[in-house]
Amino acid sequence: MIDTITLEVARYRPEQETEPTFERFEVPFNKDWVVLDALNYIKDRLDGSLSYRWSCRMGVCGSCGMMVNGEPKLTCATFLSKYVPGPIRVEPLRYFPVVRDLAVEMTDFMDKLKSVKPWIIRQEERPLSEGEYLQTPVQLDNYKQFSMCINCMICYAACPVYGLDHHFIGPAALALAQRYNMDSRDQGTDERLDLLSQHEGIWGCTFVGECTKACPKNVDPAGAIQQYKLKAATEWFKSFLMPWGRK
Amino acid sequence: MKETHNYTLYHPKWYRERVSTYWWARQWSYFRFILRELSSIFVAYFVVLILFLLHALSQGPESYAAIQEWLRTPFAITLNFISLLFTLFHTITWFNLTPRAMPVRIGGKRLPDWMIAAPNYVAWVVISAIVAWFVIGG
Repeated sequence: MIDTITLEVARYRPEQETEPTFERFEVPFNKDWVVLDALNYIKDRLDGSLSYRWSCRMGVCGSCGMMVNGEPKLTCATFLSKYVPGPIRVEPLRYFPVVRDLAVEMTDFMDKLKSVKPWIIRQEERPLSEGEYLQTPVQLDNYKQFSMCINCMICYAACPVYGLDHHFIGPAALALAQRYNMDSRDQGTDERLDLLSQHEGIWGCTFVGECTKACPKNVDPAGAIQQYKLKAATEWFKSFLMPWGRK
Repeated sequence: MKETHNYTLYHPKWYRERVSTYWWARQWSYFRFILRELSSIFVAYFVVLILFLLHALSQGPESYAAIQEWLRTPFAITLNFISLLFTLFHTITWFNLTPRAMPVRIGGKRLPDWMIAAPNYVAWVVISAIVAWFVIGG
């Protein structure tokens, strides 16, 4: 049994350095500790200037996504014991610009998320007096998996397509669009279609499938995108065969 | 990506890592993906080869014999062997991916993945058997 484990933490202080460097920290090894606990130990005891994001420390808020030994992980769900004897390399999420140390700039993701209109769109809102939009358990089950996304951006850090082309809307936003498309209460599929059927939308995805493997919530963004591709292709084929039909 | 702000003391300068040209060589899963993308070249090669064979067939026995001659060269055998491996890899991975793109629900329950993938394999075997029967037996 070891007493301590070494973390190699990426540091980037834009006012001091032009590119990131690694700093080594020795932290106590505790089998119940996750990488985030080790970072908190560093911040509390060793170097208060270390910057990173975290909040719930229980896999719900999606703030603490980082690269751990080269793989995108929620640091609150990644145990130190998995990496014994170390060292553990902690870096900011790949493919995003780094603001400081382990904190990345996420405006791009936020803009993309908003662009797919991830909310229920109704052609005409029903008056409140008519009550809620009902849904059967089967209808819920249709999209439920895709609704578990916590916007942690880990799938973006796993996606080489996003790394190579930042115009790509990306796994989480596309999966979320599909989540609303598959919701029986939603009527916004046509409204989302223009954006999603662009090259930067579903067709940008080459089905590397890493997003699904990396997702800490089993959302399966790659599956969502392929299902949407299949649907878009069928719709196109239908409109090709029956041009007089509905658009 | 919006980069509208200039660097000031209070608006830090971002660091953006450049993606290496060899990004696919650093991770096995990425490498496997690139192999799969490459495999489509070999699939296309087989299609072109069949077109050439058909063309030769339409030109008469001499030109068909010429192409058969070429197919017997070590180069052609090696090329076809490698292409076969890539085509098999392409086919198997493609079949295994179908359940992801086509979730089938019966009675509200999603069918297990193997039940979506299996019919592909069955169709593959049956069609291959028919083709083999035509080529060898017929």
